[in-house]
Amino acid sequence: MNAKKMDHLATGIIYFLVGVVILLLVAILSYILFNGVPDISWKFLTSAAQSFSAGGGIRDQLFNSLYLLLLTIIVSLPIGLGAGIYLAEYSTDNWFTDLIRTSVEVLSSLPSVVVGLFGYLVFVIKLNLGFSILSGAIALTFFNLPLLTRNIEESLRSVPNLQREAGMSLGLSHWKTTTKIVLPAALPGILTGLILSAGRIFGEAAALIYTAGQSAPTVDYTNWNIFSATSFLNPMRPAETLAVHIWKVNTESVTPDAKLISSASSAVLIIVILIFNLGARYLGNKLYKKITATK
Amino acid sequence: MKQYNLNDSYITEIPGKRALSTKDLQVYYGDNHAIFDANLIFPRFQITSLIGASGSGKSTFLRCLNRMNDKIAKVDGQILYRNVDINSDKINVYEVRQHIGMVFQRPNPFAKSIKENITFALKNAGITKKDALEERLESSLKSAALWDEVKDNLSKSALALSGGQQQRLCIARSIAMRPDILLLDEPASALDPISTSKIEDTLNDLKKDYTIIIVTHNLQQASRISDYTAFFHLGHVIEYNTTAHVFTNPKMQATEDYVSGNFG
Amino acid sequence: MDNIQKKLQTKSKATFQDYFGKGICYLCIGMIILLVTCILYFIASKGIATFTKDKVNVFDFLTKTNWNPGATDSHGRPDVGALPMIVTSFSVTLLAAVLATPFALGVAIFMSEFSSKGGSKILQPVIELLVGIPSVVYGFIGLSVVVPFIRGIFGGTGFGILSGTLVLFVMILPTITSLSVDSLRAVPMYYREASLALGATRWQTIYKVILRAAIPGLLTAIIFGMARAFGEALAVQMVIGNAALMPTSLVSPASTLTSKLTTDIGNTVMGTLPNNALWSLALILLLMSLFLNLLVKFIGKRGRF
Repeated sequence: MNAKKMDHLATGIIYFLVGVVILLLVAILSYILFNGVPDISWKFLTSAAQSFSAGGGIRDQLFNSLYLLLLTIIVSLPIGLGAGIYLAEYSTDNWFTDLIRTSVEVLSSLPSVVVGLFGYLVFVIKLNLGFSILSGAIALTFFNLPLLTRNIEESLRSVPNLQREAGMSLGLSHWKTTTKIVLPAALPGILTGLILSAGRIFGEAAALIYTAGQSAPTVDYTNWNIFSATSFLNPMRPAETLAVHIWKVNTESVTPDAKLISSASSAVLIIVILIFNLGARYLGNKLYKKITATK
Repeated sequence: MKQYNLNDSYITEIPGKRALSTKDLQVYYGDNHAIFDANLIFPRFQITSLIGASGSGKSTFLRCLNRMNDKIAKVDGQILYRNVDINSDKINVYEVRQHIGMVFQRPNPFAKSIKENITFALKNAGITKKDALEERLESSLKSAALWDEVKDNLSKSALALSGGQQQRLCIARSIAMRPDILLLDEPASALDPISTSKIEDTLNDLKKDYTIIIVTHNLQQASRISDYTAFFHLGHVIEYNTTAHVFTNPKMQATEDYVSGNFG
Repeated sequence: MDNIQKKLQTKSKATFQDYFGKGICYLCIGMIILLVTCILYFIASKGIATFTKDKVNVFDFLTKTNWNPGATDSHGRPDVGALPMIVTSFSVTLLAAVLATPFALGVAIFMSEFSSKGGSKILQPVIELLVGIPSVVYGFIGLSVVVPFIRGIFGGTGFGILSGTLVLFVMILPTITSLSVDSLRAVPMYYREASLALGATRWQTIYKVILRAAIPGLLTAIIFGMARAFGEALAVQMVIGNAALMPTSLVSPASTLTSKLTTDIGNTVMGTLPNNALWSLALILLLMSLFLNLLVKFIGKRGRF
C-alpha cells in the first residue's frame, strides 16, 4: 500500500475511534441525565431516605457530602499550602526534596479502598473516632493532599520570578514575599485546582464506606451545637454521603425504588460536579482578569 | 574576539565620600567563576555606570551589592557599607535591602493598586501612620516623575499602566523606602525612547539625594547620565574612571575597543 | 556604632517571619511524610500478620485457589488461596488497558495532531468531565446497562470479568487520553516540521516520528490507567459478581482484590484470620500500586527529551 493510501486509511481509523468515544460520552451523560433528572424534585432533595419503603429522598446524604467536603478542605488546604509553598519556594535539589516528592506521589497512587481500610483501622478503631465525618474527612485528606500540593506548587511556580525579586529587593522577608505577593498572584490557579479537586472528593465513596460509615442518622437541622449528638454539624456522627448512598442502595439495600433513587442521585452527583467544573473555570478566569487588570 | 590581558586594569582613586565599596569580590555559579577580584569604590551622590558586553558580569556584580544573588551564586569577598561588611553571613539581608534598593530590567509592579505598590513595603517596615504613608506616596511618585500622570487614579491596578509608567512606579517604590543607594539593572532596556529619556531625567534629579549605580549596555546612556563608569570584561573590572575619561581617553585597549564599538 | 550599623547586624522582624514561615512549611511536610509512613506501616504490619501470626505459607497464599478463611482444609490449614482474586484483578486490568489504549491513542492523536483548535476545545473539557465522574456512577451504569446487556448476549448472570472490563475501559479511557495528549504535545514542533519537510505524509510523521518520540510518555499514561483500574473498587465490585472463585470464563462471577475487600472487611472481626487475610489482599494492592509508581519513575528517568 502506498504512503498516501495509508495516510487516508489511518486518518479514517482515527476519526472512527474519536467518533466511538464521543458517542460513548454522549450516551453515558444522556443516560444519567435523561434517566435521573425527571425524578429529581424538591421533595426528593429535601426528604429523608427510607430503608424499606419507596419514596425516600436524599436530604441528609446531600448535606453530608457537602459538609464532609468542607471539613476535608479545612483539614487538607493548610497542609497542602505549606507543602506546596515549601516545594515551590524553599526546596533545593537534594534528597529531602526527593523524599517529599516521592511521598506525594505514593499518596496520589494509593487505591482508594486501601486508604479507606487504613482510615477504618487507625481512625475508626485505634483512635476510637468511630464511623464519623471526622474519620471520613481525614481519609479524604489522603486523596486531596497530593492533588492540592501539586496544584499549589505549580501555580506558585508559574508566578514570574520578577515578582519575588521585587518583594525581596524592598527588604521584605522571603515568607512575606511569598504569602503577600506570590500567593495572591497564584490565586486563580490555586482556586481552580481546589474546586476541581473538590469535585473528585464529592464523588468519592470507596474510602468513605468504612470511615464515614454507611448510615445517615436523623439529625436536627436547627441544632447548632456541634457537640450535641443530634446536631447536623456534629463531626463525630456517622454520615452516609450521596456517593455511598448510590453504592449502598444498589448492593445491600431492600428499598423497592432503588433504581429510581440511584439514577436521580447519580444525576444530582453529576450536576454538582459539572457545576464545580464550570465554576472553577469561570472563577479562575474572572480572578485572573481582575488581578492582571485585563478587560 | 581579541584576547586582552585580563589581569591588567586601571582603577582610579575616588575623591570625597564613598557610599559603598567592594574588596576582592568573587562570584561563582557552581564551578563557573563569574567575577574575579572586583575592587570598586562608589562615590556618594553620584551616578556610576557599569558597562560591558553581555556576559561580562556587570549585572551579576550589581545583584551582589544588595545580596540578591544569595540563593543563586556563591559570593566571596567583602562589600563595605557604612564600614560594615554586608556580605557576611551574620548580616540581616532584609535590613541591607531597605538601605540599598533595586530596580530591575523589566518593570515588575505587584498585582496591586498603584498606591499599594508604594505603601505595601512601607507598612511592612513599620510605617503605619496614614499621613506619613500619604506623604511618602506623593513624594516618591513626584520624584519618579509619575505623580501628575497617576494622582487621580491611585487605586487603579498598577498593571494597567504603560511599560514606562510601570518602570517609573518601580523606581518610586524603591525610593519610597528612602534608601541610601539605588541599584538599577538596565532599567530602560525594555522601554521606548520617550520613556527612556523620562527615566534618565528622573535619575538626574534623584542624584542629589541618592547614590545611584546603574548597569546599562547603552553606551550613550552611560555617557549622558553617569559621573563614573566601570568597564567589565569577562568577569574582570578592566577600567574604572570618570565617565569623561572612560569614553574619551580610555587607558586600556579593551575599553577603547568596546567604547568605540569594536565588540560587544 | 550608629543605629543603622547595629540594625544591619541584628535580627529583625523579617528574620523571624522567615523562621516562622519555614517552620510552618516543615510542619506540613512532616505531616505528609508521617501520613505516608503510617499508611505503609499499618497496612504492611496488618498484611504480614496472616503469615507471621497465623502461619499461612506465603506461597500457598499466592497460588492456592480456595478462599474460605473461616474453614480449614483436610490438613487443618486455613483455606486462604488468593489466586482467584489476583488473577481476576490482573485480568480486568490488562483487558481494560488493551481495550482502552487504541481508543485513547486515537483521541489523543486527533487532539494533538489533527484538530485545529475547535476539536480539542470541545474534547478537552469533555475528557476532564469524564475523569471527574464518580466511580459509583460508573458502577451504577454498569449494573443497569452493561450487566443486563451481557446477560442478554451470553446468558448466565451477566456479572463477571467482561462486565468489569467494560466498565473499567470507560473509566480509564479519559485518564490514558489526557496523559497521552500531554506527552504528544511535548514532542517539539520541529520534529513534525522536519519530517513533513522531508516529504513524509501526516500519518508517516505521526507513526514514525511523533509516536516514537513520545513512547515513554505514552507508556506512563497506560501505566497510570492500569493503576487506576487495578485500584478501582466500587465500580468493579458492583458488576463483577463477587464470588471468590477461579474465573472459568469471562462471564462467570468472580472477585477482584478490591471487591473482596469492600464486601468482606465489614463482616470479619479485627485480629482474626479471616480479617488478617483480607489485610494481606490490601497489602498486595499496596505493593502493586507502589510497583507501578516505581515503573513510572523508571520510565520517566530514561525517556527525557
